[in-house]
Amino acid sequence: MILEARDLAFGYGARAVGSGVSLTVGEGEALCLLGPNGGGKTTLFKTLLGLLRPLAGRVLLDGRDLSERPRREIAKRIAYVPQAHAAFFPFSVRDVVLMGRASRLSAFASPGPADRAAAERALATLGIGHLADRIYTEISGGERQLALIARALAGEPRLLVMDEPTASLDFGNQARVLTQVRRLSEAGIAVVLSTHDPGHAFLCADRVALLHGGRLAGLGPPAETVTPETLRLLYGVEVAVLPLPGGRAVCTPVIG
Amino acid sequence: MSEAASPASVAPARRRSLSLAVLGPAALLLLVLVSLGIGRYPVPPADVVAVLVAKLLNQTSTLDPAAQTVVWSVRLPRVFGALVVGAGLAAAGATYQGLFRNPLVSPDILGVSAGASLGAVLGIVLALPVAAIQGLAFAGGLAAVGAVYAVGLAVRRHDPVLTLVLAGVAVGALLGAGISLLKVLADPYNQLPAITFWLLGSLASVTTGDIAAILPALGLGLAPLVLLRWRVNLMSLGDEEARALGLETRRLRPVLVAGATLVTAAAVSVTGVIGWIGLIVPHVARLLVGPDFRRLLPASMLLGAGYLTAVDLLARTVAAIEVPLGILTALVGAPFFLWLLAAGKRGWA
Repeated sequence: MILEARDLAFGYGARAVGSGVSLTVGEGEALCLLGPNGGGKTTLFKTLLGLLRPLAGRVLLDGRDLSERPRREIAKRIAYVPQAHAAFFPFSVRDVVLMGRASRLSAFASPGPADRAAAERALATLGIGHLADRIYTEISGGERQLALIARALAGEPRLLVMDEPTASLDFGNQARVLTQVRRLSEAGIAVVLSTHDPGHAFLCADRVALLHGGRLAGLGPPAETVTPETLRLLYGVEVAVLPLPGGRAVCTPVIG
Repeated sequence: MSEAASPASVAPARRRSLSLAVLGPAALLLLVLVSLGIGRYPVPPADVVAVLVAKLLNQTSTLDPAAQTVVWSVRLPRVFGALVVGAGLAAAGATYQGLFRNPLVSPDILGVSAGASLGAVLGIVLALPVAAIQGLAFAGGLAAVGAVYAVGLAVRRHDPVLTLVLAGVAVGALLGAGISLLKVLADPYNQLPAITFWLLGSLASVTTGDIAAILPALGLGLAPLVLLRWRVNLMSLGDEEARALGLETRRLRPVLVAGATLVTAAAVSVTGVIGWIGLIVPHVARLLVGPDFRRLLPASMLLGAGYLTAVDLLARTVAAIEVPLGILTALVGAPFFLWLLAAGKRGWA
């Protein structure tokens, strides 16, 4: 087990967004978080990353409380993949990926040959080596998302936390990102991701956590957790879960 | 190294920065020599070099003593001041722009210029000696940024960067009110002109001693910018992302702000407020060498030094009277800025 949340309450300042959340993430496990807009997914992620202090409960990283660890120690183990954003300055993709090495470098150091090699490896893993010299602000949203995953991998973490990595991506890029999630967890890197498409849980996750009103409404394998009943509770609409061969399923809202 | 192994993959910005590293200092040296020769008492470039060589090697020169005095004692301190102050303001501007993730930010954003101005104006109104006015300006600049930072730390609910910027605006307005009050109270025949000139900046009365006095502060302020140069890139991603990548932003930000503020306050304390350099020069440097702070910092300093030397040359030659620097930097800077606004692609590159 890498990461464990124990009876976690989370939120901003004094305002609690959620509470009573307990979950674990094991070595190489892919955990998918489902929940409606405003359900507290991003806040939970920020708390799991140690960016927000828990209002109650604890987050343990390798058995030690997150709040006892310096940021660099956390970042070495957990990498954050934010939603693809427009950066402010026109860095090259290679420079952006290289930034993932920060947790491996001392305060006054600049990246050296070993760090550049790690960045190249991460670019190759994601299959975006050809983008290395492109300007990050000029590539497409899907390419940016892949570049941010490469940046996270460059730091050689054991856990990736991905906030809606498929949001605003086209159909093909969504599939590419989910394929990467699958590959990462096969390579022993754990992934926690959130998504708006319950079908994605079947495609890439070992377990699914349902976050509703700031509380866990379910936690378990996709086939048992993602059902018409739980999806109705989560999103307030009728959803058909249609099984596919190979234990997967398609989720589609029932309209009319 | 990977770059050496595959020259084809060297980014254009990196290649350009290599040529800039050679051409830049050469062009700057040329500008300095030209600047030392031009003025009401023209000295040919060859004579300028001869004077410099003779003085540096401590030899007696056969050249016209007037030319020697003009080059060595009158123009050289001024050019030296322009180089140091221009480089310092540009370095501080590049740092602030990275820290505040905003290419429209100048070193004044946290109130350093306003604080320094209030200090200097107070000194002028109290009829203090020049050194005391400079000291007050320096202290005022640091105090203003200190106050802004304290407000930023006290207000923890919002994004720390946004809080700092807003606190800077408010504190700057308060200091501006103080400056206006002192202007009203000042003696309109002696003090008010002095205040006006200080607020527009000038290198006319800068001495080698002044520059020597601020060099330690400049060095101390530049040190963290140089040492943390790669991390400034990560700071430009924003507080949350920088922390997620492993940076202790709560320690890094104050160190970088203190460094950039020290440099600005030291520079402004001897020349008065010189606007636009910290805003425009990092822009141009970014266009030339890209956004990587490891290249942006030296490029900004080089360009800043050259820009202020050139502007100061204009200031003392373009008209019969000495034109304040603030007027010229704005006259050159603002249209250029508008051009950037109109022609700029890829979001303020």
